Amino acid sequence: MGEFKVHRVRFFNYIPSGIRCVAYNNQSNRLAVSRTDGTVEIYNLSANYFQEKFFPGHESRATEALCWAKGQRLFSAGLNGEIIEYDLQALNIKYAVDAFGGPIWSMAVSPHGSQLLVGCEDGSVKLFQITPDKIQFERNFDRQKSRILSLSWHPSGTHVAAGSIDYISVFDVKSGSAVHKMLVDRQYMGVSKRKCIIWGVAFLSDGTVISVDSAGKVQFWDSATGTLVKNHLIANADVQSIAVSDQEDSFVVGTAEGTVFHFQLVSVTSNSSEKQWVRTKPFQHHTHDVRAVAHSPTALISGGTDTHLVIRPLMEKVEVKNYDAALRKITFPHRRLISCSKKRQLLLFQFTHHLELWRLGSTVATGKNGDTLPLSRDADHLLHLKTKGPENIICSCISPCGSWIAYSTTSRFFLYRLNYEHDNISLQRVSKMPAFLRSALQILFSEDSAKLFVASNQGSLHVIRLLEGSFKHLHTFQPQSGTVESMCLLAVSPDGNWLASSGTSAGVHVYNIKHLKLHCTVPSYNFPVTALAIAPNTNNLVIAHSDQQVFEYSIPDKQYTEWSRTIQKQGFHYLWLQRDTPITHISFHPKRPMHILLHDAYMFCIIDKSLPLPNDKTLLYNPLPPTNESDVIRRRTAHAFKISKIYKPLLFMDLLDERTLVAVERPLDDIIAQLPPPIKKKKFGT
Amino acid sequence: MAALEEGFTLSAVPLGAGPHGLLGVEQSDKADQFLVTDGGRTVILYKVSDQKPLGSWSVKQGQIITCPAVCNFQTGEYIVVHDNKVLRIWSNEDVNLDKVFKATLSAEIYRIHSIQGAEPLVLFKEGAVRGLEALLAEPQQKIETVISDEEVIKWTKIFMVFKHTVLIFITEKHGNYFAYIQKFNSHTLSKYTLLLGQEEKSVIQSFSASVDRNFISLMSLSSDGCVYETLVPIHPRDPEKDQRVVRSLLLKTVVSGDARNGVALTVLDQDHVAVLGPLLPSSKECVSIWNTKFQTLQASKELPQGTSGQLWYYGENLFVLHGKFLTVIPYKCEVSSLAGALGKLKHSQDPGTQTVPHFVNWETSRGHRFGSQNSEQSKRILRRRKPEVSVQNPASKQLLSAIKKDSEKHIEEELCKFLAIKPTPDFNTIIGDIVSELLGRHKAEPSFYPRNSLMQLIQTHVLSHSLCPGLMEAALEKADVQMLQLCLQQFPDIPESVTCACLKIFLSISDGSLQEAEINMESVSDYSDSVQEEKMEEQTEVLHNGFNAEEENCGNCDRELNKKPQDAAEETTSCPVIPKRAALLNAILHSAYSEMFLLPHLKDIPAQHVTLFLQYLYFLYLKCSENATMTLPGLHPPTLNQIMDWICLLLDANFTVVVMIPEAKRLLLSLYKFVKSQVCICSELNKIEVSFRELQKLNQEKNNRELYSIEVLELF
Repeated sequence: MGEFKVHRVRFFNYIPSGIRCVAYNNQSNRLAVSRTDGTVEIYNLSANYFQEKFFPGHESRATEALCWAKGQRLFSAGLNGEIIEYDLQALNIKYAVDAFGGPIWSMAVSPHGSQLLVGCEDGSVKLFQITPDKIQFERNFDRQKSRILSLSWHPSGTHVAAGSIDYISVFDVKSGSAVHKMLVDRQYMGVSKRKCIIWGVAFLSDGTVISVDSAGKVQFWDSATGTLVKNHLIANADVQSIAVSDQEDSFVVGTAEGTVFHFQLVSVTSNSSEKQWVRTKPFQHHTHDVRAVAHSPTALISGGTDTHLVIRPLMEKVEVKNYDAALRKITFPHRRLISCSKKRQLLLFQFTHHLELWRLGSTVATGKNGDTLPLSRDADHLLHLKTKGPENIICSCISPCGSWIAYSTTSRFFLYRLNYEHDNISLQRVSKMPAFLRSALQILFSEDSAKLFVASNQGSLHVIRLLEGSFKHLHTFQPQSGTVESMCLLAVSPDGNWLASSGTSAGVHVYNIKHLKLHCTVPSYNFPVTALAIAPNTNNLVIAHSDQQVFEYSIPDKQYTEWSRTIQKQGFHYLWLQRDTPITHISFHPKRPMHILLHDAYMFCIIDKSLPLPNDKTLLYNPLPPTNESDVIRRRTAHAFKISKIYKPLLFMDLLDERTLVAVERPLDDIIAQLPPPIKKKKFGT
Repeated sequence: MAALEEGFTLSAVPLGAGPHGLLGVEQSDKADQFLVTDGGRTVILYKVSDQKPLGSWSVKQGQIITCPAVCNFQTGEYIVVHDNKVLRIWSNEDVNLDKVFKATLSAEIYRIHSIQGAEPLVLFKEGAVRGLEALLAEPQQKIETVISDEEVIKWTKIFMVFKHTVLIFITEKHGNYFAYIQKFNSHTLSKYTLLLGQEEKSVIQSFSASVDRNFISLMSLSSDGCVYETLVPIHPRDPEKDQRVVRSLLLKTVVSGDARNGVALTVLDQDHVAVLGPLLPSSKECVSIWNTKFQTLQASKELPQGTSGQLWYYGENLFVLHGKFLTVIPYKCEVSSLAGALGKLKHSQDPGTQTVPHFVNWETSRGHRFGSQNSEQSKRILRRRKPEVSVQNPASKQLLSAIKKDSEKHIEEELCKFLAIKPTPDFNTIIGDIVSELLGRHKAEPSFYPRNSLMQLIQTHVLSHSLCPGLMEAALEKADVQMLQLCLQQFPDIPESVTCACLKIFLSISDGSLQEAEINMESVSDYSDSVQEEKMEEQTEVLHNGFNAEEENCGNCDRELNKKPQDAAEETTSCPVIPKRAALLNAILHSAYSEMFLLPHLKDIPAQHVTLFLQYLYFLYLKCSENATMTLPGLHPPTLNQIMDWICLLLDANFTVVVMIPEAKRLLLSLYKFVKSQVCICSELNKIEVSFRELQKLNQEKNNRELYSIEVLELF
């Protein structure tokens, strides 16, 4: 298949932000996750857990609560005191409403989805009415002494439980007055702690209130009498989160020790109707605090400071024992944070609040498979570009020639011109960006670096011609009438004639750049697109979907290619379909038109379309070189998928030239090393 | 457990027409096929599983077969000797023995031996041995005389020892016995005189032997009815000299002493021998299996029609001439246990009942089944039983209604009936219901305490504490330590408070009432002199595996190794609690707990009990540290970790109290000493860890963990 020099890059010092809240939406089977940097991500659990949308964060906007209302509307509230609604179509913030109660610690949507309740720093619980396009403040409940850290509605919507410091209040929604005040024991293992913080409450339909607190207790209260019914001491540290299943037959709690406990309602004896809550399963998938848990009908979902989102299917709820029943651990974003200038061998790394530009090293030596070559020049850190303002970077790109850098935040678009004079590099900002270029979801330069394509969050695509030090707006492709869906992925053909763009759900649109019109739309597919690319010469569009299918669509012919039809007819190898990270980048070999290079977080693969396809009986991944086999056997067993798993977790991989690859890895150990230390547990003998 | 199955008759034709019954039964080259040589003129090839003859050959009228036919495993041919000197060799296809190969030798043959993987050997009556091939090449060669005049070969056997054939034959001269060992790799012959010991007057009636690495274990059945074992070394130290071997008593009175003839012995395996002969003076002859390890009778089978006093054993079958017919008795040996063996012994020694012991019929047995092995066995049988007509539901209903009013005895019977039925999927819930019903009645009328039934139910292995929370409560109330021990062993989910309550009872109950209780002692071995005992055990193990040449050398270093712990053992006195209490405490040590929940309960234990328990734990720790593996002897002893954890827990919970008690001072001091040594070890380990980490770092550097590198990759 060929020998490559691989630039193995591990200096991308990327640390994912810790997970603060998760909210599961039963209607659409989607999961909203908010991180400590304010980013909110939407995962589609039906589409192979693909992260299909994200809302960039903001320095001042620490999200403390996240919830879905009426199935489609997503609200968050945070320490800046604002309630925010997100526009899931345009991928921006619809509006922000100040609750005027200081930092907001908790939020809950009423069971009917018409009311929103927030708990504030000043001890107030505020009720908002959810109107079709906004929320409106209705009234305050009786003010409490200290901050309201958790809220839960009774399923009938008549009562609300609110967890504060040292006590839980039960409110009557109609009157807004506290019906009961349940004091929580501060004692912790016989030692009196200063305060007992109620991190979470859950109100069940039978009137039971479950609370989790900083003393490591899970307590069951009778809300009618205001008495403690049962007490489970489960941890030496805080229990920080709770989530109850819709059937109210099981719930899950997460502790600061990284343990997730599953509680289930089981019969006391064989044939009695009397049931009791029993702690059934502990899971230890996290090393740090589990800040948030969610309970989907089939899985327990947890996330925390160690940045992993863990989806643990409940085996008793899984009907078919297929690959979906496996544990999922999502660590890296499903979008690209790295772009590359092939000509100058530059890598641009995108961080939350800055960009880094690196030049790859070089070597003159050669070697055989597995050798590490001596460097004649090491990699250089050329540039550290900080953003202005508190907003996080949404996307960034470096032009193939290496002389342009563009990035965007929620409200501003930045374009820089880079000049290289020997070893010196100078940066010049292109000022006076047009008003329509405010925010971009995706930026792409054409192969000759003469054009810039920007996908804005209103669904429009801007085409801009770049000149020396300035630019000219050429055209804007408006979205089809009626749709406002934002485009997240762009691909341009190397000859500069075709531009493909894809949103989160609708099909892929192909535009003709020469004539500046829509050329065709690839038939839409059930699963979101994870990566797009147009092959040189043939102008075949290669599309990877979150269900691990790969299609090849001929743009000139406006139809799927023969190879694509063949592979759809035969089906992909089962191991290929069982991979659990999406393909995030596709590229092509300049000299070998039959090759497609693609990668996910744990492998990269070169598909050789000239070779026969593997069937389920063939070995998909063979790491060993076929040494002692004859040519006949080698030819017979060779198949189209050449897979390498050497580099992982792989965040980016591309061909720099015919014989050179660049692979950007981010070892998990390096991430763990930069996280705060976990709670130390005493072990015998240490 | 060894067992004899129902035998079957092999031939419809009466055999044993000759003066001495059959000449022999020998294996053929195919499994399951055996050559039976009649005392007269006939050789018959039988297929045992089909119970039918495959072929039959006879010598001419007037000729007589003098030596049992054998199969030459290398060629598949059969060899027989008639008229002492004439060899006949034939194969399956041959019909008439007159027309087959014949060789007349110059001396009289005693036996032909054939063994898998070697050439057949011919043993002459004068003691010389020749390979068959060499003999056939020159049939009239001169055969030397090896044994003296009037010395007669009584018995012979061949073995394969490390791929070499070894032949043993026993001769007798004027009541003295000699063993000759002929080795064919070195062509050496060694002679041993068998010393009969005190039983000089007895006559050896039957021999059998097995090979055990460097020894041939020769067993002999004497006329006094006892089995003796003689270890004859295969590799003599000085082959030239006349050597003596003594015999030791292995089994006492396996056959009635006055049985003059018709007794035979054969070794079945390492631990079992089969004996043919009457068990009691008046009884009929029978085949019996004895366990030599436990000296117990395992199984026996009466042969009322009498036997010829010959017994052969091949594969899994015992061959015996019963009356006029050759009978095959399949023999099976499952893993034996002491309990099972003891059960047999009781039966066989009870003179009131039948002399022939039976197996315990698990299906009808009731109660008194202690120990997990037994109950497992019973479960297995229960499961194997075919479903009977009675349906589950009525049986359990009947039982439940019985519980409401009937006496304990009746309930027990009903329960046995119920348990004998094949378990249904909801077996455990029904068991749970039964237990709660029993406990309900116990609560209502405290005098009703169906102990046996409850015990039996616990041993079904399906109960747990959460299924019947009242059970242990009731047992605690009654201070029924046996039941508590059983619960601790069987239940997976005992709350810490109950464990602690059990502990309190176990510590506080008086020695007197403990002596009465029937407690499972398997976790306790005799700690008092465990050092010596262990050494003994080691030795017996060595014997089991055969002779160990290094044994003597090792003894010294062993002693040196043991020196130190022995000093330590002298320091501590004997076990601070009686064995029964130790067994109970071990059950506590084995139970699962979460320290967070256990600690508050441990605080409630009175100080002197804490001290006692600590003393016991410390004693266990010392016993543990006496051997290299850091384990305690016994079947199911507490592990070192359990002991350590409990010491920590007890001290954590009661430290202030223990510090105040004067009698605990010495104990604390010794605990402190051993903690210090542990800390020492830990710090040493830490030091090693640092070096290891450095090594790992070096390794990682080799693995190229730098931030940037250019590598070569070839895709195939």
